[in-house]
Amino acid sequence: MTLIKETDYGTPKRETDNRVTLEIDGQPVTVPAGTSVMRAAAELGIQVPKLCATDSLEPFGSCRLCLVEIEGARGTPSSCTTPVRDGMKVTTQNERLARLRRGVMELYISDHPLDCLTCAANGDCELQDMAGAVGLREVRYGYAGENHLDAVKDESNPYFTFDPAKCIVCSRCVRACQETQGTFALTIEGRGFESKVSASAGEDFIGSECVSCGACVQACPTATLMEKSVIDHGQAEHSVLTTCAYCGVGCSFKAEMQGDKVVRMVPYKDGGANEGHSCVKGRFAWGYATHKDRVKTPMIRDRITDPWRKVGWDEAIEFSAKRLKQIQEKYGTGAIGGITSSRCTNEEVFVVQKMVRASFHNNNVDTCARVCHSPTGYGLKQTFGTSAGTQDFKSVAKSDVIIVIGANPTDAHPVFASRMKRRLRQGAKLIVIDPRRIDLVKTPHVQAAHHLQLKPGTNVAVINALAHVIVTEGLVDRDYVEERCETEDFAQWSSFISDEKNSPEVLEEVTGVPAEEVRAAARLYATGGNGAIYYGLGVTEHSQGSTMVMGMANLAMVTGNIGRVGVGLNPLRGQNNVQGSCDMGSFPHEFPGYRHVSDGTVRQMFEDIWHRELEKEPGLRIPNMLNAAVEGTFKGIYIQGEDLAQSDPNTKHVTEGLEAMELVIVHDLFLNETAAFAHVFLPGTSFLEKDGTFTNAERRINRVRPVMKPVQGLSEWETVCRLATAMGYPMTYNSASEIMDEIAATTPTFTGVSFDKLDRLGSVQWPCNDAAPEGTPIMHIGKFVRGKGRFMLTEFVPTPERANRSFPLILTTGRILSQYNVGTQTRRTENSRWHDKDVIEIHPHDAEVRGIEDGDLVSITSRIGATTLHADVTDRVPPGVVYTTFHHPVSGANVITTEYSDWATNCPEYKVTAVQVVRSNRQSDWQDDWAEREVAQKRIAAEPAE
Amino acid sequence: MSGATVYVPRDAAALSVGSEVVAEAIAAEARSRGEDVRIVRNGSRGMLWLEPLVEVALADRRVAYGAVQSGDVAGLFDAGFLTGGDHEKSLGPTEDIPYLAKQERITFARCGVTDPLSIADYTAHGGFAGLQKALGMAPADIVAEVAASGLRGRGGAGFPTGIKWKTVSEAPGETKYICCNADEGDSGTFADRMIMEGDPFLLIEGMIIAGLATGAAEGLIYLRSEYPHAIAVMKRAIDQAQDAGYLGASVLGSGRGFRLEVRTGAGAYICGEETSMLESLEGKRGQIRAKPPLPALEGLFGKPTVVNNVLSFAAVPFILDKGGAAYAALGTGRSLGTQPFQLAGNIKRGGLIELPFGHTLRELIEDFGGGTLSGRPVRAVQVGGPLGAYLPESQFDLPLDYEAFAAQGAMVGHGGVTVFDDTVDMAEQARFAFAFCAIESCGKCTPCRIGSTRGVEVIERIKAGIEAEKNLDLLDDLCETLKDGSLCALGGLTPMPVQSAVRHFPEDFGRSAGSAAA
Repeated sequence: MTLIKETDYGTPKRETDNRVTLEIDGQPVTVPAGTSVMRAAAELGIQVPKLCATDSLEPFGSCRLCLVEIEGARGTPSSCTTPVRDGMKVTTQNERLARLRRGVMELYISDHPLDCLTCAANGDCELQDMAGAVGLREVRYGYAGENHLDAVKDESNPYFTFDPAKCIVCSRCVRACQETQGTFALTIEGRGFESKVSASAGEDFIGSECVSCGACVQACPTATLMEKSVIDHGQAEHSVLTTCAYCGVGCSFKAEMQGDKVVRMVPYKDGGANEGHSCVKGRFAWGYATHKDRVKTPMIRDRITDPWRKVGWDEAIEFSAKRLKQIQEKYGTGAIGGITSSRCTNEEVFVVQKMVRASFHNNNVDTCARVCHSPTGYGLKQTFGTSAGTQDFKSVAKSDVIIVIGANPTDAHPVFASRMKRRLRQGAKLIVIDPRRIDLVKTPHVQAAHHLQLKPGTNVAVINALAHVIVTEGLVDRDYVEERCETEDFAQWSSFISDEKNSPEVLEEVTGVPAEEVRAAARLYATGGNGAIYYGLGVTEHSQGSTMVMGMANLAMVTGNIGRVGVGLNPLRGQNNVQGSCDMGSFPHEFPGYRHVSDGTVRQMFEDIWHRELEKEPGLRIPNMLNAAVEGTFKGIYIQGEDLAQSDPNTKHVTEGLEAMELVIVHDLFLNETAAFAHVFLPGTSFLEKDGTFTNAERRINRVRPVMKPVQGLSEWETVCRLATAMGYPMTYNSASEIMDEIAATTPTFTGVSFDKLDRLGSVQWPCNDAAPEGTPIMHIGKFVRGKGRFMLTEFVPTPERANRSFPLILTTGRILSQYNVGTQTRRTENSRWHDKDVIEIHPHDAEVRGIEDGDLVSITSRIGATTLHADVTDRVPPGVVYTTFHHPVSGANVITTEYSDWATNCPEYKVTAVQVVRSNRQSDWQDDWAEREVAQKRIAAEPAE
Repeated sequence: MSGATVYVPRDAAALSVGSEVVAEAIAAEARSRGEDVRIVRNGSRGMLWLEPLVEVALADRRVAYGAVQSGDVAGLFDAGFLTGGDHEKSLGPTEDIPYLAKQERITFARCGVTDPLSIADYTAHGGFAGLQKALGMAPADIVAEVAASGLRGRGGAGFPTGIKWKTVSEAPGETKYICCNADEGDSGTFADRMIMEGDPFLLIEGMIIAGLATGAAEGLIYLRSEYPHAIAVMKRAIDQAQDAGYLGASVLGSGRGFRLEVRTGAGAYICGEETSMLESLEGKRGQIRAKPPLPALEGLFGKPTVVNNVLSFAAVPFILDKGGAAYAALGTGRSLGTQPFQLAGNIKRGGLIELPFGHTLRELIEDFGGGTLSGRPVRAVQVGGPLGAYLPESQFDLPLDYEAFAAQGAMVGHGGVTVFDDTVDMAEQARFAFAFCAIESCGKCTPCRIGSTRGVEVIERIKAGIEAEKNLDLLDDLCETLKDGSLCALGGLTPMPVQSAVRHFPEDFGRSAGSAAA
């Protein structure tokens, strides 16, 4: 294994069919028009010295090392900023150029510390490399002149340092912050010799607008911006390509290693999803993998009030299998079930659902996607015929109008948000549909054309109103609809949507969005060129989540915005492998590949391969399991990597269900909230130990490669296989790759997928089969997967959860950048420096009438429960709406959320809860109970003395 | 006609020597004497040693008095200056003052003559005739006329204006801009300011014509904050031009629109470089952009943009009115037309001298300037601003023409001529060139950002006699790095004053005159 070093071509690739031929140092080369001379040289293998140029950034021309001579041109132009021309003759090396480059380098080094041997960048420093390349031998200016050597180092960021003494002011960090990340937190302050990099207005990094994406650190050619982990450990000696395990963007990373120790995670330039970019979570927040809280030994106990007892794997598996079997004997085959995790690999998920179907012999398998994107699967299947987003991420670079609905990409999908912002800065128009003023509404050099600030729970009304305008104002793409969609369904839908009740004017009172704003947005989307819709859980987590997904599909079809680059309808998946876990047959009614369990042919195929008769009736969904548990008919559960007790709605009901079970098996990294109610704890593996695949929001199957052995000794798929086997159904694989082979053999959209192919191509987007051997970046080109697109009627039905005098405010929830979901991982990293507690955002008007000031402790009460949080008084939320995150268990955000859920999929309505907020001087009863339980139910017995 | 018309300049140079007080004193004196006097606040005639230069309009000519102080006013009234009466400050008919009479004023023909804020006065003196012609012409014909004139960028670079306009005119795109570089930051230069304060409609007219020629409907004047009077005059002139229909949605009802506004700089010399100016106009940090892309193709906000100096635009109305050939008939070689030279420094008669190219430095310094103010011999002259070369007396007969100067390692630049007497320390001047570069460097490119500071240090070592020869060699290398390696002309031209000082005045650097020649 070696350290992967990507070639740096100096300037970005240009995409045009127009090609230009020139001669560099006597060698001919043909490149796309607009390519820089520097890049053309690099294509020939000629490295022109450079410092300010790097191929992720537009050329800048400041370092003056890359000067070349061009026949017939005056002077010595910089090769990074000079585009190629046909017939150009370039010289990159001669005595004059060498003298110039040495002259420049001599100036650089006259203001640079001479501590190479003890410098953290030693061995990975472009300045050092260039000094070598140009043959600098002395600095005749001496070192006594004016300099920056005493500049103070900024160590405020938990992950990297900024040492201005080492800065060569190449502006790569500033440009990366602008061009790559789009945050514009960095600038150059002062001018001339006093020029220096500054975070915000001369603040330290931690206090600045910096979002710690790491783009600047990566762009820095010296040790000026340097990972603290590299300062601590030194340079890595090998790297392993793998995939980040946080959100559904699925960024590719190089895990840079010393032995089995991670030195740093560096985003991989050839990663299809991220193309070299990252966010604070993937780039830096991986330390949880070796956190002291990590459980490394299986543990069991008879009662949840007992302390945990550490045992060996055999004992834990035997204990679990025996009890599961006993439960089935006593309460019936259907009294147990399993939950798969969107945090785990496709292979790990596949074996869990196989265990449930073949070994437990029922279909009681569900997944945490139930509570996030199940309506996406349903809605897109109904309208387009496939349960997935339509585009690859790159597609957004060709969009002209972008609608973001119920998603907060800059916080929750930051790397994709950076792509989107780049396109918006180029002039694409943005429509944001969200009750809250998310950052995208107004962020540097980006401003939404329309922000439809609707009342929570009125998504469907707004989407209907948009469609109404398009249909009644004659903006329908007639040709597209006639050719691509079911005409009868369209006619029916068209007359439904044209009804006055769906007009923006009629719905204005319900939605709170001015009709004229809705009309303008509809016209923009319908007529502004390529229209693309991106959405998140603000769409799905509603009682009409599935209706809304179909409403958006209608909107996309009626404007002809499905089936080519730049358009589409795209869920921004919350978890790294939501797409994959759904694909893998995690739902109680579907086999892998979304095929109903009642389909005899499909069932027969699985029976033949699995050598086991399979149940044809769908099994229980998570809420059904919990209800059944409370009723006493469901008694045992295996839970893979999901923290039901923190993440699912109505916590009290969840914990009652768990408490009613006789066996709860938690397979996880940490003793999470659910583990407080468990009898068996099977330690899981972090992504750094996993071998397998994740499928991201763009259906991209990415390899996850282990950089170290499982710290607890057993991979998760092996653990599951051993449990299934102990239950009496032998399941064995020699490797994760064999599991993928079984997936490919049984699932039509995965037929062409294998680890070999993924290793060869980097990644593929399903469907990947004989029809599309290298995958499918854009879906529904030419025709929909279901044949004709189907318009669905989307009657707006208000949620039963209403505000009234007792509960006058609507609570909605979301995520923030630095923390991830229930926070099990990010809370165990320095990311908590940015977000050490959840707060409740409340509008100044609502705060004032309640006597609430910023920072006050307030109690939030719903019809279900109560909790307390500190208030953040802000006009980011409109009057009547309050907002919180749910990253910290003590917050008990789900103590107050209701059990209302999507009519089609049971996805909980997290986004709408009527609450009252009042000042408080103590934490809630639930929080007291929680604190007590933290101690009582997570105890681990002391190990017996040897 | 009742009463007299008296001209008292409101030009900043005149104000700085008391013209405001003089104007007030004349008004007060007139009131107290019951005289009916109309005071016109004109621009400056450019004879700065005569400011405040008070002129009185007689039936057939104007007579001048200067330099007038408020204490002179009562005496002037006593002497009957309102009817041209003789006084010790009498200068006779203004047009006969040799300094003016010897000039060939085209660009400055109206400056100091008219009321700067009177459109009527402007048109009465031939103003807007060029625009009227341009409105009847096809854009390509306007461009051709400018090309035929041989006009080259008066900001200093000397790029043919016709070619620039042609490029913008032919560039695809609906939105184009006309940007006027009025960030006149070179020490010793003041011609732009004089036009903007003394004849603002001339600049407006030139820019409207540029808009018609290229299809640009929007113009911006980037005016340095150090010119508050020019800013005020330009803004008022633009308002008047707007009200009178010269600017707006339809220029004089032609159906072709042109809007114009003033944007104020923030004190950075570097924003006088066109790409930095564009960055600054976009609201960004004033920093050089690499070229290509050329501003003509991707300029302001990425759109095709004409960037010209005030004097370039100001030359255009004449060219359109009288024809490119009439302008090209003046000058010499490839340096055609006239250049407003600005004589400053240690000089007896500093001021604005507009002459066709081809005259010599000696004429400027001796005939016009009358030698140094100190009375000592002239030792060196810096031509073309702080980045121009220092020339010794032996080169004073060089014809003022772009190519002749370039051949000698010098430049005409924006036409600034700064004179030094024999007390000047040329090593200190060379040091100053680097110090200036260090202060004004935008900091983008390495040679200029670090090299300017190192240059100061190297010259200080030379001055202190520390390893002088070795440091002079290093200085040579540094100058080469700056000249060939810098991103823009600031770093690229800083070696010019430095190396010309070393070359022509080696003795000031501890070298004998003989060794320099070698």
